[in-house]
Amino acid sequence: MRTKASKSKLLLGSVSTLALSVSMNVAMAAEDTIKVGILHSLSGTMAISETTLKDTMLMLIEEQNKKGGLLGKQLEPVVVDPASNWPLFAEKARELIEKDKVDAVFGCWTSVSRKSVLPVFEELDSLLFYPVQYEGEESSKNVFYTGAAPNQQAVPAVDYLMNDLGVERWVLAGTDYVYPRTTNKILEAYLKSKGVAAEDIMINYTPFGHSDWQSIVSDIKKFGSEGKKTAVVSTINGDANVPFYKELGAQGVSAGDIPVVAFSVGEEELSGIDTAPLVGHLAAWNYFMSVDADVNDGFIDSWHSYIKNEDRVTNDPMEAHYIGFNMWVEAVKKAGSTDPAAVQDAIVGVSVPNLTGGYSTMMPNHHITKPVLIGEIQDDGQFEVVWETSGTVAGDAWSDYLEGSKDIISDWRAPLSCGNYNTKTGKCSGQNF
Amino acid sequence: MPMFKPLARPLPFFALWMLITLMLGLSLQARAAEDETLAQAGALLVQKFDQRADAVALLVERDHPRTQEILRLLQDGELYYRKDDDRLFVIKSAETGAEALDLLDGSAVTIEKKRDFKKVTLNNQMRNQISQALAEIGLKAEDPKRRAAAVRELLGALNEDTVSVLRNRIGNEPVAEVRELMVLALAIQDLEKGDEATRLQAIEQLDGSLEPPVRNALTALLGSDAADQVKRQAQLALNGIDEKIRYYGMLETLYFGLSLGSVLVLAGIGLAITFGVMGVINMAHGELIMLGAYTTYVIQQLMPNHIGASILVAIPAAFMVSALVGIAIERGVIRFLYGRPLETLLATFGISLVLQQAVRSIFSPLNRSVATPDWMSGLVEINPVFSLTLSRLYIILFCLLVFVALVVVLKRTPLGLQVRAVSQNRAMARAMGVRSKWVDALTFGLGSGVAGVAGVALSQLTNVGPNLGQSYIIDSFMVVVFGGVGNLWGTLVAGLSLGVANKVLEPWAGAVLAKILVLVFIILFIQKRPRGLFPQRGRAAEG
Repeated sequence: MRTKASKSKLLLGSVSTLALSVSMNVAMAAEDTIKVGILHSLSGTMAISETTLKDTMLMLIEEQNKKGGLLGKQLEPVVVDPASNWPLFAEKARELIEKDKVDAVFGCWTSVSRKSVLPVFEELDSLLFYPVQYEGEESSKNVFYTGAAPNQQAVPAVDYLMNDLGVERWVLAGTDYVYPRTTNKILEAYLKSKGVAAEDIMINYTPFGHSDWQSIVSDIKKFGSEGKKTAVVSTINGDANVPFYKELGAQGVSAGDIPVVAFSVGEEELSGIDTAPLVGHLAAWNYFMSVDADVNDGFIDSWHSYIKNEDRVTNDPMEAHYIGFNMWVEAVKKAGSTDPAAVQDAIVGVSVPNLTGGYSTMMPNHHITKPVLIGEIQDDGQFEVVWETSGTVAGDAWSDYLEGSKDIISDWRAPLSCGNYNTKTGKCSGQNF
Repeated sequence: MPMFKPLARPLPFFALWMLITLMLGLSLQARAAEDETLAQAGALLVQKFDQRADAVALLVERDHPRTQEILRLLQDGELYYRKDDDRLFVIKSAETGAEALDLLDGSAVTIEKKRDFKKVTLNNQMRNQISQALAEIGLKAEDPKRRAAAVRELLGALNEDTVSVLRNRIGNEPVAEVRELMVLALAIQDLEKGDEATRLQAIEQLDGSLEPPVRNALTALLGSDAADQVKRQAQLALNGIDEKIRYYGMLETLYFGLSLGSVLVLAGIGLAITFGVMGVINMAHGELIMLGAYTTYVIQQLMPNHIGASILVAIPAAFMVSALVGIAIERGVIRFLYGRPLETLLATFGISLVLQQAVRSIFSPLNRSVATPDWMSGLVEINPVFSLTLSRLYIILFCLLVFVALVVVLKRTPLGLQVRAVSQNRAMARAMGVRSKWVDALTFGLGSGVAGVAGVALSQLTNVGPNLGQSYIIDSFMVVVFGGVGNLWGTLVAGLSLGVANKVLEPWAGAVLAKILVLVFIILFIQKRPRGLFPQRGRAAEG
């Protein structure tokens, strides 16, 4: 869902393709291994987020191999570098499936990269586990969405602000692309359904990598000084957050006055920021590194010993890969085979432990159940959980608050086997996802 | 000795003894009650947020003598509890081997394992609750600044207790500024609760005040069932306030524009030298800025205890680093490509990718955090609706300083003379004995060094990461081309006016459209005047 714009993206992409597309295939294929593809950018603008996920996958595979592998075979990771270049994602995906013959692929970060590989996975009927929160409105037979759908992140966050903090005015601030626009459309409809007047909602979009936030912060300050409790719901993408928070601090807007709840700021992003001006601002995720659970302590310990650095943090997409990988392992065991079609059938209903001390289940719409946590940023760059849902929330592929998608459901079990079924007309749309 | 005289008489001595015993007894009783309160609060503080909030309320309600101290500890995040026995400790730095002081008896313990202690954290409701409580205590503070802050915090949020405290203190308040704030606070209260006469008087007192709660109270009054006369006056007062807010809003936009403009000028002015004077299209210019920002980061790592001074050290250091890299680029690549702009463009673009990936390999692809020194953070508050952010103010000043320094170098030094000579007529300059190659290298170094200095300034505003340069390269070229290639004054005027234009457009067009409109404007402008705002005249420009 998140993209980092580079102004010379195309040129950059094609040059870095030449320079960096050397795929890092690990060893030569032994006959009796199960191959797992890892499709994360290791160079270019997205390397900042995706490199960590590649390391997470390598760690998970190594641990599974120590436990004796899968179906009596060792797992073999195949790492490729799509270099933050969206068309290259599709090429690399095809290479993984056709040439390297992997049985499942874990990868992608931005929505545009997922949309780019989607036709490849559907054509070649393989499996993709996608670990990042996204805007919803999609359900593919071949994709498993282990990150949060809007109802597992944005909507509960707004509920918390409205009910617990008494927020009455809303600033929906986002970067100008598909994830913020769709999420804000859902949130706007949701807020209006809760009786919030149109003049109490301010929507603002900024370009990628926006670095001059003076006027916008000043507008937010004015909007928030009119007597009603105000909050900012931020879908501002990774890099632009730092100057935004810095400007909030510079203009003296504290979290007590106008809290900002962000959907794209996690531990990894905070590790590059001086967090002092951010203390008290909020983030909504399904996992925080600070969560007090034995399984989480164990995960953090093995991550630190794998990466050989005690200062590295863990974050939500890493947990999503942890869940997704274990689900795939369980489904393969259940099906007794790595054949994608068999795994697709077996994985629905599989439950594995998540890192917050509960269980996550794969739903028929290929989304999973997760708890929703709201955390406040602390001065050490960690989050302190201030609120959580009482149980887990099932991911909803098609938002209930959007015209045109509220009647649509997704169920990949027989006999429906459809990702886009309209309950009113009783038709499965021709669209595959 | 007169002091011992009473002791000689038995009766008063006995009375005194009785008195002392009684007072001791009373104070012991009070001590016991205080200890109990503290113990109760302590037991609540180690639980969940709701109980913690109860603990704060308890301390405030019983007016415990250590309330202020404990609230401040909570606010500063220095209160911890030991996981084993839930005892509260004051910890300045939670490191292994550091000291932890017991909150109750002050005894010191050494921290053996960091994880044994857990911070008593706050959430936003508690932060508000604590700052409100501290404000109420702060009304009695010695320091007038703290009193003013306390009254401001309580504007529009008074209750019966604080109203009576304010009414008592307002007569004795020695500082005029604090007194005015107190009048405002009480007037807002009168506006809500008073009869017609008090309301009219309150409106008079509030007239012209720019504090946001005043405006809100007046707006609320308009919607209430107040008398028409009152509403008319309130509307008048409100119009006056809105007028002022609009005026300061314009000033604010201007300031924002100038500060955005100064960033554009800083980013572009190095390019004005390499591109403007030498005619080299240097696509790696942004990466030279990035190197300057990373130099700031490295300097801060080298002197972690002197963050304030590190920025000042970083300026010459960043200049040197970027200048040396620039000279290396010129000597290694660009000098073979003079007069071939397309090849230069491609080669420098390649260099920019190399530099980016080098930074990724050395510093990791993650952003690095550069701290803002204390003297650069904060606000200059002119009035409640108009304040200047200090960091931006320094950057505007810094930009002007860099500009003046460059103009002096180019106009007043032998190097500047040679640079201008070579750029105007290379063959003639060489005939006069100027070592043109040496001048080329130094000029390119100068332009690159200035880019590095810009990086120091940008490290205070935005991410220090491998992509920093990319986001400024387009803007830099835009400013230089718009200002007129080869003209420093053009760059200054172009940068500042583009910044202001962008900020004027932004409120009604949105950030995305404002940027597009500015670009469209520049395209049209360049069509009309291809040489920019301040075209270079003379024979060299024609060739």
